[in-house]
Amino acid sequence: MKFRRLPFIAGFLVVPVVLYVIFVVSPFVQTIFYSFTDWGGLTDTQNFIGIDNYVRIFSDDIFVGAILHNAFLLVLMPVVTILLALFLAFMLNVGGRGDSAGIRGVRGSGVYKVVLFFPQVLSVAIIVVLFQSVFRTDGRGLLNALLMAVGLVSPNDPVQWFNSPTLVLWCLLAVMVWSGVGFYMVLFSAAMQSIPREIYEAALLDGATRGATFFRITLPLLWENISVAWVYLGFIALDGFALVTGLTPDTGGGGPDHASELISNVLYRTAFTQGKFGLACAMGVALAVFSLLLAIVQLRVTRRDRIEF
Amino acid sequence: MTQLVTAEPTAPEEQPETAKPPRGQFGVVNVFSQGFLLLWAAMVVLPLLWAVMSSFKTDKEILSSPWSLPASPQWDNFARAWSSGHIGTFFLNTVIVLAGGVTITMVVGAMAAYVLARYSFPGNRIIYYGFVAGLTLPIFLALVPLFKIVGNLGNLPVVGPYLGLNSYLGLILVYVAFSLPFTVFFLHSFFRTLPTEIAEAGLLDGAGHATLFARVMLPMARPGLISIGIFNVIGQWNQYLLPLVLLQPQSSFDTDHSVLAEGLLNLAVTQGYKSDWSGLFAGMTIAMLPMLAVYVLFQRQVQAGLTAGTLK
Repeated sequence: MKFRRLPFIAGFLVVPVVLYVIFVVSPFVQTIFYSFTDWGGLTDTQNFIGIDNYVRIFSDDIFVGAILHNAFLLVLMPVVTILLALFLAFMLNVGGRGDSAGIRGVRGSGVYKVVLFFPQVLSVAIIVVLFQSVFRTDGRGLLNALLMAVGLVSPNDPVQWFNSPTLVLWCLLAVMVWSGVGFYMVLFSAAMQSIPREIYEAALLDGATRGATFFRITLPLLWENISVAWVYLGFIALDGFALVTGLTPDTGGGGPDHASELISNVLYRTAFTQGKFGLACAMGVALAVFSLLLAIVQLRVTRRDRIEF
Repeated sequence: MTQLVTAEPTAPEEQPETAKPPRGQFGVVNVFSQGFLLLWAAMVVLPLLWAVMSSFKTDKEILSSPWSLPASPQWDNFARAWSSGHIGTFFLNTVIVLAGGVTITMVVGAMAAYVLARYSFPGNRIIYYGFVAGLTLPIFLALVPLFKIVGNLGNLPVVGPYLGLNSYLGLILVYVAFSLPFTVFFLHSFFRTLPTEIAEAGLLDGAGHATLFARVMLPMARPGLISIGIFNVIGQWNQYLLPLVLLQPQSSFDTDHSVLAEGLLNLAVTQGYKSDWSGLFAGMTIAMLPMLAVYVLFQRQVQAGLTAGTLK
């Protein structure tokens, strides 16, 4: 039996490992190498130019702007999404009437869970097309038409949404939050349901209000889920490529006047429109460093003792 | 952990008819929470319903009165989107790539996870952590060389045309490679929890390692396989960046292999010039409804699969 063990192990591992090395490991390593060269993409030769690419991207106003825009989303998007999701999950689970048997979930919570989860199964392309028409700037879009109907916006002066340099990032934020909240609500809701009822009942007997039960019981017991959600949402906020490409003005997105450039779409344009592959690789490395920093910072900030129950 | 999310959610809304009427304070809370949930539900559903409704209108109706119902449903919009908008082709391409991608990911990922979880051999840890490390790195870090690697595969003799840029198989293999870290990570912890006694009994009965895997271990890991399968279907269905880079037609004679996501987005951009808004809405409805229908039918599994995937 023993002698067939090693061939078996090798046989099972060879395909996944080869695929992984060719398509994942080697491009990651190559990106780091190319980031120190002037590779133009068309040729197979390149010169080693040290850290010139890094100096260039960090003195490039558009790229630095993109970092700031990503930082804006990175700070706000996870916070807003998590707060809304927590709030809705709490409403779902303990928002119903309370009686001698304790506090119950709201009526129809099953339906809410199905419906609010919809955005998660929509492809990002669908979300883009949908919000293109929601945020149309000429009074024929869903939002402008609605605002005009209730008289908040004059028909001659529709809101410019994605065309406005001041609004564009907030609109992106809104779309990201819209698509993320339902998923995390379901996630938190499942976690809330795994908290034993007795804990709530004991707290209610001791005279705790709903607010107190949320801050003293629910939140601490959900802390681990929240920190995981934070990391995941952070990765989404660092990407945003499809949304910017599809929703914001200018070729390849990022407009108006570079007001919504993100690292990802600057990178894409630098590589596949301008053909500056070496420079784009340096941007990729910068993005990866941000991702790692994000993961480290968040794991440190949110680290607490795990509570078993 | 998986039990946590696959556990049957309790149905708190079911109450005996004899329950006492709500007391003042809690009645207010109830209205308040219902109000908020309804508001958010409306924000999710209204845009979708509005898009579906617009797909039945004429262009003139869409532009003149965005909020009104269509005078008569324009089924023609769907036919136009399907054929001249190429939504039908995009759909077929997506199904091909998804079928190949998810199948291979599951087979290959389960094999790797199983061996790494249950057999100790030199290098086991290195390979496992190699896979797990892939979880933290953004796809953008690999993008540029990946384009070159797939391009070079296309220059290989004989197999080249099937593997290079703008080929189904090339994209499928890239999907598989990028789905592996999470699949291996997830299934690894799943296979570890399976009891050793059964495996030993199987080996004593003379089953080979491969038989043991296929006949005993895989069936026992079914809940985990379903969760990660759903996770991969949705993940690969939603992929936009990889097809955008890897499916670029290599010449004007090259077949368009676009998947739904990029095809629809291209349509959205060019439709701005042709202003066939109704066709665009119809295309979007065609792309959206199957996924929503599948989700509603299997919502419990989908939610469990996706949340289990995140919490691991």
